[in-house]
Amino acid sequence: MEKPEDLLLDIQHLHTAFRVGDDFYDAVDDVNLTLRKDEILAIVGESGSGKSTLATSIIGLHNPLNTKVTGDILYNNLNLVGLNEPIYNRIRGNDIGMIFQDPLAALNPLMRIGDQIAETLVYHTKMTKEQRDARVLELLAQVGIPNPQRTFRQYPHELSGGMRQRIVIAIAIACKPPIIIADEPTTALDVTIQAQILDLLRDIQKETHSGIILITHDLGVVAETADRVAVMYAGQMVELGTAQDVFAHPTHPYTRSLLRSMPQADADDDELHVIQGVVPSLKNMQMTGCRFAERIPWVPETAHEATPTMHEVGPDHFVQCTCYKTFHFQDEDATQSEG
Amino acid sequence: MWKTILRRFLVMIPQLILLSVLVFVLAKMMPGDPFTGMITPQTDPKQLDALRAAAGLNDPWWTQYFRWVGNLFQGDLGNSYAYRRPVTGLIGDRAVNTFWLALFTLVISYAISIPLGVIAGRFEDSNRDKAIQVYTFILLAVPSFVFLLFSLLIFGYILDWFPTSGYVSLNVDAGTPAYWLSRFQHILLPGLTAGLLSTSGTIQYLRAGVIDNTNEDFVRTARSKGVPERVVFSKHILRNSLLPIAAFMGNSITGLLGGSIYVETIFSYQGMGQLFISSIGTRDYSVITALTLLFGFLTLLGNLLSDIIMSIVDPRIRVE
Ligand SMILES: Nc1ncnc2c1ncn2[C@@H]1O[C@H](COP(=O)(O)OP(=O)(O)OP(=O)(O)O)[C@@H](O)[C@H]1O
Ligand SMILES: [Mg+2]
Repeated sequence: MEKPEDLLLDIQHLHTAFRVGDDFYDAVDDVNLTLRKDEILAIVGESGSGKSTLATSIIGLHNPLNTKVTGDILYNNLNLVGLNEPIYNRIRGNDIGMIFQDPLAALNPLMRIGDQIAETLVYHTKMTKEQRDARVLELLAQVGIPNPQRTFRQYPHELSGGMRQRIVIAIAIACKPPIIIADEPTTALDVTIQAQILDLLRDIQKETHSGIILITHDLGVVAETADRVAVMYAGQMVELGTAQDVFAHPTHPYTRSLLRSMPQADADDDELHVIQGVVPSLKNMQMTGCRFAERIPWVPETAHEATPTMHEVGPDHFVQCTCYKTFHFQDEDATQSEG
Repeated sequence: MWKTILRRFLVMIPQLILLSVLVFVLAKMMPGDPFTGMITPQTDPKQLDALRAAAGLNDPWWTQYFRWVGNLFQGDLGNSYAYRRPVTGLIGDRAVNTFWLALFTLVISYAISIPLGVIAGRFEDSNRDKAIQVYTFILLAVPSFVFLLFSLLIFGYILDWFPTSGYVSLNVDAGTPAYWLSRFQHILLPGLTAGLLSTSGTIQYLRAGVIDNTNEDFVRTARSKGVPERVVFSKHILRNSLLPIAAFMGNSITGLLGGSIYVETIFSYQGMGQLFISSIGTRDYSVITALTLLFGFLTLLGNLLSDIIMSIVDPRIRVE
């Protein structure tokens, strides 16, 4: 089902641990994930579930002094885990483009926009200054900047948040990387601008046939944009499937809770279904058993696996732990017993 | 940018007027007047009164103020009775001496503090950083005159490596290479010591700036482009960290002028600071007044300079 030539990234048993005090704790715990050519893979999960940590591990930007990354991130027969810096620098920007959450902070306030975009080209191409400038103008037009000539010479503070995010995108796609990672690219923007930026990302994806990892906690964004969805909880991958499957047949209790917590305009009851509790902090994560168990205490302990594993519940659709089999929401239970 | 500078300059005018009024009032409040120094037991009080009237000292204060300002613009600040020469020329000579010492101090200060600040910030919590921290804390904790006195005692008197007073040797002819060499020798010890003493602020600022900027998102963006770490540091982290230092430079210069009072006095270096202290000792009021005015003016100028530097180096300040 997964043709090897379609594979862009093959992440296996990835662990990323941060130092807290004297010990290391896994913020990404045994994640297996692939990114294919020509797809948008969404990673969703609450704040603190390890999405950014996963993204940063792929591009190798964790501070080695307080972070340990183990496992494999395979890209073109190259293992990115533990890769030496000079080689990694040839991949960053060239093979993997990164888009960050906060466009206001992501650009150097002292550098002209044009120079910031051109900087990527300096280190990955043999272009002359004139060729680079021409390419930058082309990129500015591609990301929808109305007056490229003018913006080329402007500084970040002269642009709006939406425009700056377009610049960040231009930087990420400057070298036409096959992989683009966007970590909450629209969270800091207002709604109308969000839609424009997502459209832009989709257009770029169609044009370049790149694989995009789109990190978000907005399920609405996922439904509109993604081809496949990976749901993360407390550092682990709890459900993975095509967007269609995950939205039509959400299986893991966490995925179901997330979907139910989405405010729905057309819902007949205007009750907000919040998930009780919070994502545990690194130090407080259970080392064994199903990590979501503590937030669904009404589910009997026997429903969970002692060592949760991935179960295939449909073609290309995987779920962790066995608790999904008997899971129901508490109020569903109530209606059942009433009726 | 020129607009910003012009606007800042215009703002300075009322400040200057206020400064001149303050200094004038202070001068009037001081006991004595330009003729006090001429008084001898033989002086006829009537004759003195006539002299005072002729000099306009009995006019209303605003008339006197405008006359004083008028003279100021013609470069006439009265006479120093201790030195028996016009104040303008006296301060002019001293200002040149102070300028060279302050410039040398500034160069030494940045030459030491910028590398140390960068090392401390880049290698946060390393032993190098800790050593630099200890150094800055000692500088902050011990009063500067203690360092100045010890430096003079050890390197000037005991080791005898440097001249211990004056700004030039007496036995050299002005304008010859030997003369300039001698002047340089005379600013070496005070300049090195004062430069060293004024490093702690810059080191701390720069260290904090480097540490803060290292965690900035735009640095992460630069790394994600595949920019080598060496370039990330120099082009993104360092440039942004040097910004406040550059902006503070104008004020640092003012600070150095204030510090020159200690340095020049302890090293008996004939500059404005030393002149100020000695004039207070001899109650040479016209000199004190003129120097107060000058120091005030230079402080305002330092602020203006800071603003100008800021508007040059930081694009965000260049508002139209
Ligand atoms: N540098 C770090 N040092 C220590 N702990 C960290 C570090 N970065 C993240 N963490 C912890 O790792 C966990 C996962 O964080 P991460 O930022 O990956 O979550 P996220 O899913 O991206 O959340 P958000 O939606 O808020 O961006 C959190 O518990 C966080 O506190
Ligand atoms: Mg995040």
